[in-house]
Amino acid sequence: MIRFVKQAHWRIRQSRWPRAKRALSLTVAFVLSIVLDFMPRVRRALFPIFVVSQTLPLVAIAPLVVLWFGFDLTPKVLLVALVTFFPMLVALVDGYASTDPEIEDLLRSLGASRRVVFRRARLPTAMPYFFAGLRISITYAVVAAIFAEYVGARAGLGIVILNAKNSFRPDLVLAAVVISSALTLVLFAITALLQRVVLRWRDVADGP
Amino acid sequence: MQNVGVTLGDTAVLDDISMRVSEGEFVSILGPSGAGKSTIFRLLTGALEHDRGTITCNGRPLDQSAQGFAFMPQRDALMPWRRILDNLTLGLEVQGMARKNARARVMPLLADFGLIGFEQHYPAQLSGGMRQRAALLRTIVQARPVQLLDEPFGALDALTRTQMQKWFENRWQAARWTTLLVTHDVREAVALSDRIYILSRRPARVIAEVNVPGARPRLGQPTTAEAHALEAHLFDILLNQTGDDL
Repeated sequence: MIRFVKQAHWRIRQSRWPRAKRALSLTVAFVLSIVLDFMPRVRRALFPIFVVSQTLPLVAIAPLVVLWFGFDLTPKVLLVALVTFFPMLVALVDGYASTDPEIEDLLRSLGASRRVVFRRARLPTAMPYFFAGLRISITYAVVAAIFAEYVGARAGLGIVILNAKNSFRPDLVLAAVVISSALTLVLFAITALLQRVVLRWRDVADGP
Repeated sequence: MQNVGVTLGDTAVLDDISMRVSEGEFVSILGPSGAGKSTIFRLLTGALEHDRGTITCNGRPLDQSAQGFAFMPQRDALMPWRRILDNLTLGLEVQGMARKNARARVMPLLADFGLIGFEQHYPAQLSGGMRQRAALLRTIVQARPVQLLDEPFGALDALTRTQMQKWFENRWQAARWTTLLVTHDVREAVALSDRIYILSRRPARVIAEVNVPGARPRLGQPTTAEAHALEAHLFDILLNQTGDDL
């Protein structure tokens, strides 16, 4: 997909963007979710801040972030992270909380520490939630990345759209839209595939 | 194993409970729902602290390190993301046994528990009775001195429950696990136990201790007159003396 974009001579230099940005936000959300799960007090303190971060209008924030961090990759990574971080975090925290208390009791009766209970019960329980969050945030990620480029970048789909619009070329705008949709769909498909592999136990047929 | 006087704080769930289970004995705890039967198990597994009385196991006080009890929760609590075999080895793995050794311990027991050919299935693919057998095997394979069973057949349909009780009686007769069973099913208690404790409503006290005579196996044959009388007696205690005033 990305190679095709390049071949179309649209001079997309930052072709690694979706992966880099999402990976960052995913990793941060994952690590933080674990911290929050182990420290309910920290969770109560930080959660309002995360909620507020979701209320900031991207339209207003994006130009500021570009202003502060320049035209390079950094502002795009930050914006995509801002948008995708929260769905992931909420999904994971909710996922941990939905662990079957009987399974936790059982593990504790086996002498399992909190860490073991987390790894054996809470983390696997959260996996379906994780993938639900992932699919939501992936669709946000592409839109956010394009918008971040739109307000200021040297290259990228957002710039292509901006230039095409300014030179009255709706055909090019639509072409870029198709590309971005396709990109999202591909990412979505990869997620679905990954989910299929990781959550194989959920696909098995019902009992005899 | 001796267990003398246990009490739990805030809402006074358990008032003054004394009970003991000898080695190789099958003891049931009967009581109205909400009597704190499961609380006793949570005390024994260390999920709760008691604030009065003492609990001892083989003469030594119970603490975090002394793990004398293998616990089987009400519903099977099999992990849906683990295959049956991995569920069975869970207890051993948590205790630090290598997966390979744990499997070697579990494999020879599969036949007795009717799970051969299902090791690689996920729990969702098994029937209720099979899941319950798997949960029981997961408990037994830990080889702890005492098995704690919290209404192991409560979630099953009537037919499956009867089959499972019969099967369980046979298994128990062969292996003689020291067992403490929590139930609200009088017939089950009479059929399976050597001794029965009856708890009152909250705050729970032991209001009766009954020895169950009679040869085994008891299930699968016509119920004896003795057993009938005992069941009636227990029902009477449960209905009239548990502090219910309806």
